[in-house]
Amino acid sequence: MTATLEIRNLHARVEGAETEILRGVNLTIRAGEIHALMGPNGSGKSTLANVLMGNPTYEVLEGEILFNGESVLEMEPDERSRAGLFLAFQYPVAIPGVTLANFLRHAINARMKAKDPDSKGISIPEFTKLMRQKMQMLGIDSTFAGRYLNDGFSGGEKKRAEVLQMAVLEPQMVILDETDSGLDIDALRIVAEGVNKLMNDQMGALVITHYQRLLNHIKPHFVHVMFAGRIVESGGPELALQLEEQGYERFRTKHLAAIEAN
Amino acid sequence: MVAIRRRSQAQTQPSYTWASVEALSQRLQEPTWVSDLRRQAWSIYESLPMPHLEEEWRRTDYRHIRWDEAEKLITPNGATVEQVPAKHLEPLVGDRQGGLMVFVDGQLVRYELADELKAQGVIFCDLLSAAHDHEALVRQYLMTQAVKPSDGKFAALHAAMWSYGAFIHVPRGKALEVPLHVVIYNTHAGASFGHTLVVVGENAQATVQIEYANAETSAHASYIGASEIFVGDAANLRYVSLQDWSRQTFEFSHQRARVGRDGNLDWIIGTMGSRLTKAFIEVELDGKGATGRVSGFFFADKNQFFDLDTQQNHNAPLTTSDLLFKGAAKDTARTLWQGMIKSLPKMQKIDGFQACRNLLLSRDARMDSIPGLEIEADDVKCSHAATFGTLEEQLIFYLTSRGITRPQAELMIIDGFFDELLQRIPFDRVRERLQEAIEAKILG
Repeated sequence: MTATLEIRNLHARVEGAETEILRGVNLTIRAGEIHALMGPNGSGKSTLANVLMGNPTYEVLEGEILFNGESVLEMEPDERSRAGLFLAFQYPVAIPGVTLANFLRHAINARMKAKDPDSKGISIPEFTKLMRQKMQMLGIDSTFAGRYLNDGFSGGEKKRAEVLQMAVLEPQMVILDETDSGLDIDALRIVAEGVNKLMNDQMGALVITHYQRLLNHIKPHFVHVMFAGRIVESGGPELALQLEEQGYERFRTKHLAAIEAN
Repeated sequence: MVAIRRRSQAQTQPSYTWASVEALSQRLQEPTWVSDLRRQAWSIYESLPMPHLEEEWRRTDYRHIRWDEAEKLITPNGATVEQVPAKHLEPLVGDRQGGLMVFVDGQLVRYELADELKAQGVIFCDLLSAAHDHEALVRQYLMTQAVKPSDGKFAALHAAMWSYGAFIHVPRGKALEVPLHVVIYNTHAGASFGHTLVVVGENAQATVQIEYANAETSAHASYIGASEIFVGDAANLRYVSLQDWSRQTFEFSHQRARVGRDGNLDWIIGTMGSRLTKAFIEVELDGKGATGRVSGFFFADKNQFFDLDTQQNHNAPLTTSDLLFKGAAKDTARTLWQGMIKSLPKMQKIDGFQACRNLLLSRDARMDSIPGLEIEADDVKCSHAATFGTLEEQLIFYLTSRGITRPQAELMIIDGFFDELLQRIPFDRVRERLQEAIEAKILG
């Protein structure tokens, strides 16, 4: 079955807070499609990414998230991951003392154990082979696997580690949350190349970015503009270019009145 | 009217008398010089109040110990090495050890010493036999230079009442390639007074592992112990001590190492068991160029209370100390670490470091760390640190977002926290033991 992520009238806020950040998001992503989600800071892009993955910091007030036809709202982040969702974090956290390799082996084993409780998990040689293969494909130095997860990583290294995790876990639907933020052009190119190598027609992607620059490297089929917690415009790649030229100001004037009225 | 047993009516200290000491001396059939030491220690014991408000004791409330149970002297009742859980008997690394002494209820029930070590002149025997057979050597060190009766109420009580222990002497210039292993295990509740005396001669080298454990009982138990460690000039000692007492055991111990010129001590201390532990852990860097490294693991859960007092004394120039303690507390447990680096005047070019890193796993647990420096020299490099952390939700979210279950994610973060400490331990089996303890505490 090919993957589909459907977001219907999604409303969410920070747990316990008054203000809604997502105010009725609708979006459907199918396998083989790359959707770019753009918007000014504070429009709710990262909140959407976190809510999709089940970050407990946020609470969903209304609406639905269906992955392959099933609601994920009651699922814990680990269940969503095992179902095939993947979030590449904007700010991957450092976990001292846990190596990237050890972490990924646990992630694979968790998948195997969920399918078969008696599973012994992946063997070390098998895992080593898998890691080597994925790291070669992405041009990542093999010493990377032995380093503590994101601990002392540069911005570029953190993002490459995210792409490596994606390569190893082979999700059906990926959400890249401002993967370009803070990267210089060389790092950006390397990360984007990695993502492109991993994309295939069985996988869907939501690429969240503030700038058009990333979209020169990862070509979206659809571009959406988020503003004040909603998707206010959708179009093809040309929309991104238009935004680059005109900025977000046009959207502000055009949509603010409508949103305030709501 | 309901009669309430008030704390003030409970027994607040052991009811030993001089007659208890005399009876012990008689039973052990020890040399007179040992009895003389006991007499001196007893008078110091009697002259001191039970510690309570002194700076190093004022955060430690041990008044809930039921002395009527915890003071009954544990005597051998025929238990054998079979009673000791296998994990305590395993070698540190690989499958070989140079020597093994197992004390059950204060009696030596298992003894092994490899021929190659015998040939090297290593003395590895119980302390009472050593007091007879190696009098000059034991007299030189036993409670005269490292732990002294005057160190405190419990040190004095120990000196008056010690009844068993291990004596290890590695002659000058001998490098032991296989570790020596001592196990102290009690099968029933009551009072246990064990002593460890390790002397590593000049330019000698050894690895010593000592383990403390006892059976779970409902009655209270006490361990009033002392460990004395001497690392000679240019000698090397790796000393591993793992404490896994039962949940009703109260430990009061003094552990002090003295390191000679260019000597090197690598001390690993694991604190896992007991209801309450009050341990004084001290390194005296006596000779120029001496180095002391101390790595402490602790993990308290349920109603445990660990109070670890460490001291790094730089008594000579060009000495280096490096102390790292890492611990966690769960449930309603409490931990306290009080550290001190001291240097005498004119001890230049010393390098002292101490850090205690804490991981708080429950809102009801409490962890305190009090680092301290008393430096009387000016050309020194000394620093200290205490850090506190919790299991942060954002770390758990990150790990679970990759499909790892929440309990597994928590375990990984906790294991990761301790990794820095485990990396300092060169023994596979010790790392495994500590990891097993972490897992058991988290799941328990």
